[in-house]
Amino acid sequence: MLKLSESEHRVALDAGSAAHVRAVRITKRFGAFTAIDAVSLEVEAGKLVCILGPSGCGKTTLLRVIAGLENQDAGSIEIGGRDVSYLPPAQRDFGIVFQSYALFPNLTVGENIGYGLVNRRMARREIARRVGELLDLVGLPDQSAKYPAQLSGGQQQRVALARALACSPSLLLLDEPLSALDARVRVRLRDEVKALQRRLGLTTIMVTHDQEEALAVADRIVVMNHGRVEQTGSPSEIYGRPGSRFVADFVGAMNMLDATVAGRGLVHVGALTLRCSGLGTRAEGQRVKLGLRPEEVRIRGLERCAANAILVGVELLDFLGPFCRARLRPKAAPELVLLSDFSANAMRDLSIREGQTLTIALPPDLLRVFDEPEEAGP
Amino acid sequence: MTFAAAALPEKRRLAAEEMVMRAAILAFVAFLLLAIAFPLATLLAKSFQDGEGRFVSLANYARYFTTPALVGSLWNSTWVAVLSTVLVVPLAFVYAYALTRTRMPGKPAFMALALLPLFAPSLLSAISLIYIFGNQGFLKGWLMGATIYGPIGIVMAQALYCFPHALMILVTALSLADGRLYEAAAAMGTSRWRVFRTVTLPSVRYGLISAAFVVFTLVITDFGIAKVIGGQFNVLATDAYKQMIGQQNFEMGAVVGMVLLLPAVIAFALDRHIQRRQVALLSSRAVPLITKPNALKDASLAAYCLVVGGVITAVLAVSVWGSFVAYWPYNLALSLRNYDFAAFEPNGIGPYFASLKMAVLAAVLGTMIVFCGAYLIEKGQGFRIGRAVAHLLAMLPVAVPGLVLGLGYAFFINARSNPLGALYGTIPLLAINTIAHFYTTAHVTAVTALKQIDNEFESVSASLKVPFYRTFMRVTVPICMPAILDIAVYMFVNALTTVSAVIFIYGAANKLASISVVHMDEAGATAAAAAMATLIVLTALAIKVLHIVLDRLVFGKLQAWRRR
Repeated sequence: MLKLSESEHRVALDAGSAAHVRAVRITKRFGAFTAIDAVSLEVEAGKLVCILGPSGCGKTTLLRVIAGLENQDAGSIEIGGRDVSYLPPAQRDFGIVFQSYALFPNLTVGENIGYGLVNRRMARREIARRVGELLDLVGLPDQSAKYPAQLSGGQQQRVALARALACSPSLLLLDEPLSALDARVRVRLRDEVKALQRRLGLTTIMVTHDQEEALAVADRIVVMNHGRVEQTGSPSEIYGRPGSRFVADFVGAMNMLDATVAGRGLVHVGALTLRCSGLGTRAEGQRVKLGLRPEEVRIRGLERCAANAILVGVELLDFLGPFCRARLRPKAAPELVLLSDFSANAMRDLSIREGQTLTIALPPDLLRVFDEPEEAGP
Repeated sequence: MTFAAAALPEKRRLAAEEMVMRAAILAFVAFLLLAIAFPLATLLAKSFQDGEGRFVSLANYARYFTTPALVGSLWNSTWVAVLSTVLVVPLAFVYAYALTRTRMPGKPAFMALALLPLFAPSLLSAISLIYIFGNQGFLKGWLMGATIYGPIGIVMAQALYCFPHALMILVTALSLADGRLYEAAAAMGTSRWRVFRTVTLPSVRYGLISAAFVVFTLVITDFGIAKVIGGQFNVLATDAYKQMIGQQNFEMGAVVGMVLLLPAVIAFALDRHIQRRQVALLSSRAVPLITKPNALKDASLAAYCLVVGGVITAVLAVSVWGSFVAYWPYNLALSLRNYDFAAFEPNGIGPYFASLKMAVLAAVLGTMIVFCGAYLIEKGQGFRIGRAVAHLLAMLPVAVPGLVLGLGYAFFINARSNPLGALYGTIPLLAINTIAHFYTTAHVTAVTALKQIDNEFESVSASLKVPFYRTFMRVTVPICMPAILDIAVYMFVNALTTVSAVIFIYGAANKLASISVVHMDEAGATAAAAAMATLIVLTALAIKVLHIVLDRLVFGKLQAWRRR
């Protein structure tokens, strides 16, 4: 049974070109406020793309423009090689899931899922079969006769997902689908969504403000801020090589250190002089920011970057379960604060305590260099 | 469809369902313009014209303000309204306090008693007072020589009539209490009086102000009571009637209408202004207040409710009783003589059935227009300006006294150039007038219900390629059924009881029951007037009971999905 719905999707995709969704220079204004500013986006067929950003960055607006629920002021949208820029939502071929589930409360689970099928003059038995198939697909068999209010939040969101898939759309849009759920359910459901998306090979765009969620499920992440795209890339690219200070700050935690270029491959950070391999052609004396993730602060195997080894005091330890986040102050530059994550193993082996003095190292190849904004005011 | 899409012009083409939506919005705006805006505009224009329709600037107004009798009415109306407000609001506040902040028994019954006047034409309380304190009243002596026909009667009757209106607002205000504030006050050992002054009163301040404005507006614009019990005491509402019907002085009628509009609009605007300043006192984290039993407080407030609710019921009951009495006060034997309307009223029982027809039409048509209209305003797409105008027009009638609207209708429909003139005096026109008169409350009820519905339903159905009107019928309407029923009952009851708006536009063949009450009372047939009013009350109450039964039994089953 499941085979059928999978093959239906596969067929739809094979016909399309590599980019199933292509949004070009989309601009949307609300009065004087520009919600999206000439944003372009491509989604490869069968991939899951996350649009990630803080609230108000325009990510939901972009999704609604792609869906046709908002009209863009400029730019064009193609879905499956078809220009849909000026088509109403009903002619764009997508399924959508909202944060609020938006299930019809007076209809049963089965009626909700079959809502779009009834309109297609399908035979009643055919609809019932398809609804049963979809309920199996989202792991809710035998719940067809219940009303949404009788289900948990996670179950309701599965029903919403099944409803969005019912008409076999070529594109699935997810608008913060997991944000209303408890942390535990959220993690489980996001894994299921990803597995389902993979299995169906369904092109999917998901909007989220949760960077962890985006890193976990996405094939590609589009980070947005203030109505613009900050960076597009795979999860490991976004996390490992953030293209801007905003991305570095927004995705994961990052120590940011004020530094001055001191020469070829050398920087001054306060009273410290460190090696840094990512300086490129920046001139001596230029002010930069150095970014280092807390888990990248080295506490063992220091000999591999002995040049950047420094003496620090452990000011504070936050116990976070599998690891501890430490607040460190370099002895030579006590005005600096470094956050560092030490695994439970390291904590035990080195018996780290508050108030202790440690030697750590800042790996030169991991110190990311960001240029200071030109107009750095007082 | 794929190929057609490729050839699309650069502008967004409208899908069929979007055309339907836009046509519906246009039709709705047109209805509101015809039913609300144009009549009022005609009234405004009329007040600047002379008898031949020539523009005379402010001449009519100048004449109004230099005629002592007319200006006297303005003053009379104002002080009577102020006095009634000062009387009613505290009485209703204590009653509302008893209903919300005590553990006294029988609260639903006390609520029902106090709401009774809502189901009667306003003039029923006046007729009752005539039975009690009138020339042949059995308690006439209590007035110590003063007459009930005049300000005393008006204020007393208004107090009865306005009580439930003030009560409903105050009950709502008092039931929104944050229990945490009371616990905090108690933890600091605050005296009960101080808690009342520093926690309770501030939280209901806006409710009190709102109630005062509502009562003031009701009194100053009510026609029935002043007509029945006002005697020689002139007020604005009776002036308008006299100028229009008695002296056929339409321009002056229009001016009185505009003058009548003024206090109502000012009260409305002030109320709005104050409400806007009100911050949400009740955060989402508020804890409901649980009142502890207090024998003395509960007993004394129950006694108070028993007296006030009892008086309200008793006074209204006097009319009912009077209608069954053979010949007041000489022959108190029970009889159905007064229900033989053919003896008092040229149309016989006809007005009652005309009223029923009109009320059914107003309820059915009104509910459909109000709910569909609210849906278009709330959830519609496109025609942003049209929807904004519609919302404004929908909110307007609450500030327009029925009498003013009725005058506007009379001028508008009788204008020589108006093709709708054929409607004059017909039941449909009376129904439309009634819908317009009571539009705002019904509209707010519908909007409140619609606002609780997820905004994404329309988006979801668009993504499933289901047109909006299908989702409207299959999802939105069923979900809002309780509100829709409320609106229908509200329209029906008000259509039965209203006097002020329809008195200028009914036709001889379609005289309504409430107007027949006025006429029979005018002709001295008070008992027959009471009898007709009794029929109205019983019908309105029957519908309300039916509503409650339907709500409990039938919809309890249909709305199974609400239960977890």
